[in-house]
Amino acid sequence: MPKLTVDGIEVEVEAGATVLQACEEAGKEIPRFCYHERLSIAGNCRMCLVEMERAPKPVASCAMPAADGMVIKTDSDLVKKARNGVMEFLLINHPLDCPICDQGGECDLQDQAMAYGFDSSRYAEKKRAVKDKELGPIVKTIMTRCIHCTRCVRFSEEVAGVGTMGAVYRGEDTEVGPYIEASINSELSGNLIDLCPVGALTSKPYAFTARPWELKKTDSIDVMDAVGSNIRIDARSSEVLRVLPRINEDVNEEWISDKTRYAIDGLKRQRLDRPYVRVDGKLVPASWDEAFAAIKAKVSGLDGKKIAAIAGDTVDCESMTALKDLMGSLGSANIDCRQDGSKVGGPRSSYIFNTTIAGIEEADACLIVGANVRAEAPIINSRLRKRWRATNGDFRVGIIGEKWDPTYKNDYLGAGPETLAEILDGKNDFAKVLKAADKPMIIVGMGALNREDGDAVLAATRAIAEKFGMVAGEWNGFNVLHTAASRVGGLDLGFVPGEGGLATNDILDGAAKGAVEVVYLLSADEVDMSKLEKAFVIYQGAMGDAGAQAADVILPGAAYTEKNGTYVNTEGRAQQGWRAVFPRGDAREDWAIVRALSGALDKTLPYNNIDAVRARMVELSPTFASLNVPTKAEWTDFGKAGEMKSDGFMSPVRNFYMTDPISRASVTMAKCTEAFVKDTAAEKVA
Amino acid sequence: MSHLRRPAPKELQPVSFAFTPENLDKAKKIIAKYPEGRQQSAVMPLLDLAQRQTEGNWVPTVAMDYLADMLEMPAIRVYEVATFYTMYNLAPVGKNFIQVCTTTPCWLRGSADVVDTCKKELGIGVGETTQDGQFTMIEVECLGACVNAPMMQINDDYYEDLTADTTKAILDALKKGEKPKVGPQSGRKGCEPIDGPKVLKAFCGCGAAPQDADASKGDA
Repeated sequence: MPKLTVDGIEVEVEAGATVLQACEEAGKEIPRFCYHERLSIAGNCRMCLVEMERAPKPVASCAMPAADGMVIKTDSDLVKKARNGVMEFLLINHPLDCPICDQGGECDLQDQAMAYGFDSSRYAEKKRAVKDKELGPIVKTIMTRCIHCTRCVRFSEEVAGVGTMGAVYRGEDTEVGPYIEASINSELSGNLIDLCPVGALTSKPYAFTARPWELKKTDSIDVMDAVGSNIRIDARSSEVLRVLPRINEDVNEEWISDKTRYAIDGLKRQRLDRPYVRVDGKLVPASWDEAFAAIKAKVSGLDGKKIAAIAGDTVDCESMTALKDLMGSLGSANIDCRQDGSKVGGPRSSYIFNTTIAGIEEADACLIVGANVRAEAPIINSRLRKRWRATNGDFRVGIIGEKWDPTYKNDYLGAGPETLAEILDGKNDFAKVLKAADKPMIIVGMGALNREDGDAVLAATRAIAEKFGMVAGEWNGFNVLHTAASRVGGLDLGFVPGEGGLATNDILDGAAKGAVEVVYLLSADEVDMSKLEKAFVIYQGAMGDAGAQAADVILPGAAYTEKNGTYVNTEGRAQQGWRAVFPRGDAREDWAIVRALSGALDKTLPYNNIDAVRARMVELSPTFASLNVPTKAEWTDFGKAGEMKSDGFMSPVRNFYMTDPISRASVTMAKCTEAFVKDTAAEKVA
Repeated sequence: MSHLRRPAPKELQPVSFAFTPENLDKAKKIIAKYPEGRQQSAVMPLLDLAQRQTEGNWVPTVAMDYLADMLEMPAIRVYEVATFYTMYNLAPVGKNFIQVCTTTPCWLRGSADVVDTCKKELGIGVGETTQDGQFTMIEVECLGACVNAPMMQINDDYYEDLTADTTKAILDALKKGEKPKVGPQSGRKGCEPIDGPKVLKAFCGCGAAPQDADASKGDA
């Protein structure tokens, strides 16, 4: 633990820390461009120069290891002069186009030039110009602005795992970008925009849209996958303009996927902004009262067994709670939050990511079963890659299921249950790897569980976890990777068939046969609508997708950006997001719609505000009593051993960019699909 | 920046590249020189090998991709190396690749005459290739032969102590397909003084050189 003095303040830092970190420890701000906490150290921008006693010249603090007895000065005249010089060099070739630059107002170079820049330039020579690079539908480039910090190069190499970006040519001719034209084929490419300290890499869909100071910033939670990435929604008046990551070390660090960032333009299209009722086979606009009256006419007096509800993938826990209670009061046990018909459920440890996302960094071997992690949860895949890099490749990853490119070294073991059985019998070589590991983990995806033999697969994976000591003491290496943001919340709340109730597939079959007469779709669009033709369908949601087309009554709900909501991610971590903008037109927050409907049906639910709903959630599950921390689940028996079919596991995510009504309506996601899907991993079915 | 420092247009890029069996053996020997896990360090000698193998003495993009696969590294890392070092040509050059040094010592000793002679004799400008594909001429920075300035490098050989006349003679010989004498063109040997050796004459076989011997006797 070296002790050093920074501007007269004595600090002690961990061995291996840099002088820059020691300065921060002492509360001193060090300007920087190339240094980034989550990337390797490059030391090439020279902005972080400090004075060190007994050193002949200023040292780059980001690349200098802190040592015992160092005396550092961060605010001497020498330091100021050195940084002024560096800034002057950086500005020699940087264009003075701040007024038309999208980075303006949140530009590191602009900010630091305020502190270290001269008021005028001493250079009359021509500035250099660099040809812009075409990097695909997400990242816009104005390469003349590039200051060669190489953050983007290090990010794409280290975090994203795609070797697209590089620093080619040399000296004054240096250019950052690919040597031959290539798009950045990564689900994380949007993060390059956040990393770029200048306006060289900016957001293409957001180009020339707004200045940062015009935006209202709201903290929220992403619903595009089950990771529960922490996001910040930037909105101006009633329009959501962009989504940025918030730092949460335990979940998404400071990255978000491109779908999280860019699917929001889907919220401008195909919106449901008023109730509709089907009259003579056609949906006609209606008032809330008319819509409720139509529902009441159908539902009142109907046996509860003939009513069913299915919750979709992006639903908040509040509305599921309200709908569960409403269905209960109507005497129906036919509720399900698993619209894909998967078999997850049962004891809590059987359906959450027990290891936690941050826990991946302790694991030393991983078996992935039926999950294309890169397409289903890019953020978790980047953690696996981080672990793999941290161990210099000793972190062994075995994949069962489809072939996909995880961006790190892996052992492809086989396509389906047969391989699973081989591992269990110890016949597969990877069994030795798992046996030798101290903290092995298994990730079971929906591709393995949403099949008819899901229970048997679950039992087999549990057996593997037991056999290879994946659950021992504090360590629980058994993980289920969900693809739906609402899934774990729904399971925690018990939005599953009650005593004698029907699950999704039975509801659909029942509706086709006429046994189920009313089906309430709470933003559920991925079910087979053809089976619902005979039934009276109530669709509540924000997007006019498949569910709305099949509906007899449409109740316009709020999108995730338009409501306060609680979501439980795949780890079982309950997190709350806030409303950034108001719902469109006549649309309302979803739990309030259910509450209003309950009044119209004379089954008034006992809550008048969201706090009361949340109190009810805590009653239903302790998950909601402790927000932001995943509650540990007890390891119990689950799964039903049985015959497994021989078909290979198929990931449910066929196209990363389009998985739900919002991303399907998004123009940017459509462009990405066009540009990348041909080569995305999920499409490369072996 | 010279066009040789930019990737050649698509029309010129070959569709595939692979080492000849002979070069593959060489490549394996080169790779084996590096410790386990550090095979990527072999990228520079292998790029050179690829350049020598390729018609036109250059490194096509497919060759870089081939090396990236061979060394299990991202292709962009190979591109970075190949674009950084100017001795790798990114576009085809003539059979005789002339690099005239025009850094200060050579320039003071008349490198401008050498460049002019090349231009006149070959009918090309700096960075250009003759119609028949025989010659490419570029200016380069110091090649480390300042004692024999001015000088030029043609493929792997140095031609030193040049004048306009000797430059022309070399080019003429090359045009005829002959191989001119490599090294100083002024008749001196290596980089000894221009008017003959001054010391250790007894050991270099250039005259009896009693002077040195006498001097040593006198001192004794």
